[in-house]
Amino acid sequence: MSQVPKFTKIQELIYELPIARVMKKNVIEVSPDTSMTELKEILRVNRISGVPVIEEGRLVGVISIEDLIKALVEGDIQAPVSKRMTTKPITVLESESVVEAVKRFAQHKVGRLLVTNDQGDLRGILTGGDITRGLLEAISLDYHAEEISRYRAKHIFEDIVSDKTSLLLRYTVRGKDFKSGGRASSKLKKALDRLGALPEVIRRVAISAYEAEMNLIIHATDGGELIAELQPDMIRITVIDQGPGIPDVEEAMSPGFSTAPNWIRELGFGAGMGLANIKKCADSMKLESQPGVGTKLEIVIHLKPESNGEATPPEKKEQEPL
Amino acid sequence: MIPLKEIIEKLKVEPLSSISSLERQVAGGYASDLLSCVIKGAKKDSLWVTLQSHLNVVAVASLLGLAGVIITENNRPDQETLNRAENEGVILMTTPKSTYTVVGQLTALGVKGNEED
Repeated sequence: MSQVPKFTKIQELIYELPIARVMKKNVIEVSPDTSMTELKEILRVNRISGVPVIEEGRLVGVISIEDLIKALVEGDIQAPVSKRMTTKPITVLESESVVEAVKRFAQHKVGRLLVTNDQGDLRGILTGGDITRGLLEAISLDYHAEEISRYRAKHIFEDIVSDKTSLLLRYTVRGKDFKSGGRASSKLKKALDRLGALPEVIRRVAISAYEAEMNLIIHATDGGELIAELQPDMIRITVIDQGPGIPDVEEAMSPGFSTAPNWIRELGFGAGMGLANIKKCADSMKLESQPGVGTKLEIVIHLKPESNGEATPPEKKEQEPL
Repeated sequence: MIPLKEIIEKLKVEPLSSISSLERQVAGGYASDLLSCVIKGAKKDSLWVTLQSHLNVVAVASLLGLAGVIITENNRPDQETLNRAENEGVILMTTPKSTYTVVGQLTALGVKGNEED
């Protein structure tokens, strides 16, 4: 039984985001001989709760507001920082992912981590609040990027002006390649979703495209091509192969008629319902075939239910509630 | 709507997909081994009962937005099919029982066919 763990967006980000993206840079530092009184002013003025202690460019400790309170209680406020600081501060590398920082917070129960590079130079400082802020920012950036690309896709027909704009999506379908069955129609379905088509329309397009794609896989000598032409108010799917061709188109259209060999029927195909299903989903369909030459199937579906497309009048629809 | 989780527990079918996606709700049921019939007859959020277990089962289930597929008589999809199901968010389950038995048990749980609404 396969159980691939699923991650939430936050969990993914915790593993993906480097600490450098969320840490505070431009860290305020103090030297070991700064007095605790001076430290109090530094913390107050900058509204921070702790600073690293640096001696000749080297990180020697960290001192926080907690240390300051203890010094006040003990009347040791004149002491130098070096006397009250925590030596051996907990550090993380700027290149590590945020999850490492989370682990270290849990392990050491400290309020802040000092961030260094590979050489041990101080690069930044990190608190729990920085992580939260960083994650929220990353999520909203992600969300924006997705929103923007969706918006752009939806408005493609308004943004690009011509007398007649259409978008052409071509999918090559290989013959007898059952393992790839549904790939082309699934891609087309995703494209329409991105372009903001109505769910009911997407479903009809996806079903028609799937049946046509399977026909290419099952019947066409050498596969074929599925071309979807998108216009602002309709989609025209043209499916072309180079043979073997259909001897009697009318017979092929009748529900239940199938020429599929037994091994294909055993896979659950060849019910003789493919073309009938397409006809049911399409606003209009046209099937032309010449034995020995090839077959061309054209399916038109209106993207807006109320529009009665100008190119081809729709055939009567069977129980389409939309 | 009946939670898929409840159906899995009551029918003792074995889920082959991630547990986290089992929050799905089941709106109805459909049984057939002919893919085009399923495409024609199965509604969105339905549970599909079949003994087919190959890749195109996932394609059809994904296409229709089905709640899940119960594969009967101990038929098991291969790893490639399982991977594709995981990618497409299709929930596959398997059981040693026959399609007839599973459909009977689903009906007893209140999972209805299209015509019964």
